[in-house]
Amino acid sequence: MLPEIGLGLLWLAAALAGLQLLAGGLSLTANGKGMAGIVRPVAMVQGVLAAAALGILIWLFVQTDLSVKLVAENSHSAKPLMFKIAGTWGNHEGSMLLWVTVMGLGGAFVAAVERRLPEPTMMATLAGQAFVSLGFYAFLLFASNPFARLYPVPEDGNGLNPLLQDPGLAFHPPTLYLGYVGLSIAFSFAIGALITRQVGPDFARAMRPWVLGAWIFLTVGITAGSYWAYYVLGWGGWWFWDPVENASLMPWLAATALLHSASVLAARNALRAWTVMLGVVAFSMSMVGTFLVRSGILTSVHAFAVDPRRGGFILALLAIYIGGALLLFALRASTVSEGERFAITSRESALVFNNVMLSSILGITLIGTLYPLFTEAMGTKVSVGPPYFTPVSAMFAVPMFVVLLFGPMLRWRRDRFSRISPLLALPLVVALIAGGWAWAMGVRHVLPLLGLALGPALVVASFLPLRGRSVLRAPLSLWGMVIAHAGIGVALFGMASDSAFTVERLVAAKVGEVNQVGPWSIRLAEVAPIAGPNWTAMEGVLKARYDGGAEVTLRPQSRTFWAPLQTNAVSALKGRWNGQLYTVLGDETVSDKGESRWQLRLWWKPYVPLIWIGGLLVALGGGLALLSRVAQDLKRRVARAKGGNRRDEVAALAQGDTAQGDAAKGDAA
Amino acid sequence: MAVRAKHQRLVLLAVALVALIGAGLLATWALRSQASYFYVPADMAANPPEADRAVRLGGMVERGSMKNAPDGVTVNFIVTDGKARIPVRFAGIRPALFVEGSGVVAEGKLGRDGTFVADNLLAKHDEKYVPREMKDMQQARKAIENTK
Repeated sequence: MLPEIGLGLLWLAAALAGLQLLAGGLSLTANGKGMAGIVRPVAMVQGVLAAAALGILIWLFVQTDLSVKLVAENSHSAKPLMFKIAGTWGNHEGSMLLWVTVMGLGGAFVAAVERRLPEPTMMATLAGQAFVSLGFYAFLLFASNPFARLYPVPEDGNGLNPLLQDPGLAFHPPTLYLGYVGLSIAFSFAIGALITRQVGPDFARAMRPWVLGAWIFLTVGITAGSYWAYYVLGWGGWWFWDPVENASLMPWLAATALLHSASVLAARNALRAWTVMLGVVAFSMSMVGTFLVRSGILTSVHAFAVDPRRGGFILALLAIYIGGALLLFALRASTVSEGERFAITSRESALVFNNVMLSSILGITLIGTLYPLFTEAMGTKVSVGPPYFTPVSAMFAVPMFVVLLFGPMLRWRRDRFSRISPLLALPLVVALIAGGWAWAMGVRHVLPLLGLALGPALVVASFLPLRGRSVLRAPLSLWGMVIAHAGIGVALFGMASDSAFTVERLVAAKVGEVNQVGPWSIRLAEVAPIAGPNWTAMEGVLKARYDGGAEVTLRPQSRTFWAPLQTNAVSALKGRWNGQLYTVLGDETVSDKGESRWQLRLWWKPYVPLIWIGGLLVALGGGLALLSRVAQDLKRRVARAKGGNRRDEVAALAQGDTAQGDAAKGDAA
Repeated sequence: MAVRAKHQRLVLLAVALVALIGAGLLATWALRSQASYFYVPADMAANPPEADRAVRLGGMVERGSMKNAPDGVTVNFIVTDGKARIPVRFAGIRPALFVEGSGVVAEGKLGRDGTFVADNLLAKHDEKYVPREMKDMQQARKAIENTK
């Protein structure tokens, strides 16, 4: 009965989305103004119903209700509870339900709290959100029903791919989805603003917190995903330019560009058409990415033949939403593009440069990801990998990082480079020292050298906008920017260290044997069998010493899962302040004389955790900026609630964004 | 003023377009010259890639061809598509589902002695996840099995 209730709730939510679209659209016409009143409540109920349907599906997974096809195919009664829950979205249908739920709840939240936009724009936005949701509801209900029953009921389920049975991954997809779908709200805002032609600073200020929130989730999701790939796959790498990774990187690049162009629009009323365009592009990238991953098209272009209905549905949705939005943009761009001017040397110019570079990297990633699909359609097989992505994207990333050294210090509208050039001495010296140190350490490749020199310089330069200010009284949003930019420098240093300094050894070790990797000496103490809830494993016990210091123990495993039957290596890591020791246990090999040895892969990776620490700093910076926006918003509401006699105060607070965004200007004045 | 504002927008648009088109051209050029191409054994035998170029080789691991070297970490085997056979050497921890008679995609370089030196092996993760290039190999596998 429960699965039928879930399906019913989903139908009801879809019907409400239809109503939301209809009422929102009608309210924009002369005769339909009366409809406006119901749009917000409908949006809220729709979100709650979708969430209830997802709740039921999670419950079915927790119960391991094998009469539900999806549960039987993706779960198993012997699985730990956390992975039963995570199994809900570890598959196509469940992840699509999670998608509409997050989208519905996002729309409900906007309907509940957003009061800054003019009412017609708000109605157009909620109608737009409903329009996008409807396509996804249709997709779920007609092509991917998560509540479909199975008969006869099997004895037990198939289980979840062991690679996914990791706490990091269990909550990785929801984090990314919050990001993707948060961008759907930016998309709907852009559509709403295009429809009512209300593209101005108010629009940017209303949209920015949503973009910021989505971007924080994407940043955390990508950082966590990278760390997961690093320690679960046992390959010792942190980024493979795999299409699945690119699918999350592309919306992040667009959202990063959007975040920066929205601040130009909010503070200076420039880049209007461009910002709206990025709002459309950012969510389009979420959809393209998700569908590339979820449709199976990347596993094989022939997936369309396997399930032509699903593939066709996906293409139709992409065409309608992206094509429709771009068409609307083309029709309206000329009427919204009037904006303020700025000089070549100005904060705006630096941000435009950042936007163009980010967009170029996005374009390069998109082309590289889609290229194999096109060539395969033509009959040639091609794999595009790091030899393409890394150098080509670096050609745009490096100039962007160079501009990032000084861009945040420039004033809005017009500035002189001579004003800030003396300040650049400090990052320049840092870059020279770091680069010299890397050279002395024997680093000879161009990109690692550049990264090792630029990373520390960026960290130092990021703090320069704070100069002359009291550290405690600087605005929170300024601190957010400083920390996020410093995080980029930290991550860059970690990435460059990984390619510059990593030492690797592959050995077949006898029990008791000692091997050396970099400054570590590692003894294989024993290999013994152990058992987990749904796996058994051989576990190696490694006793490691750093440079003759105290002994630490690492326990890499080679696990065998029985549902489904497969093995995978579980690495063991040991972090120090200056890097990480990474160990993997492989197969046993027995020589002709009957002597047993175990394959061990040992890596010493200096400074490599900085990659993820940097990523988290970037997200933290975003969090501080968001916090400052929310705080401002609350102040404004309180002021408004106090009544009309305090209009001046309200007006002053409304100017707050401009004043805060203008942080670097204030102290120079 | 209005004219100059328009002028500036045009300049900005031009700069953005030049950069994006430049990025696109660069991407296509780089894809042509640097993309790591996928080979099946018949292609590789007929038209071998340059010695230092990173490529992928995909096929079936020939039954009875897998030999462990005395160092305990290196394995030699033959990848075949039923038409040609390429010897492969790999030093490292093998993926779980890497067995004789199964499909594999090896990433690496073709050595001057005609042996493909792999630095990474992609095998099936499970029944659901198969590297993209390996899908078609299911057919090759059937063809090979049938000849035996």
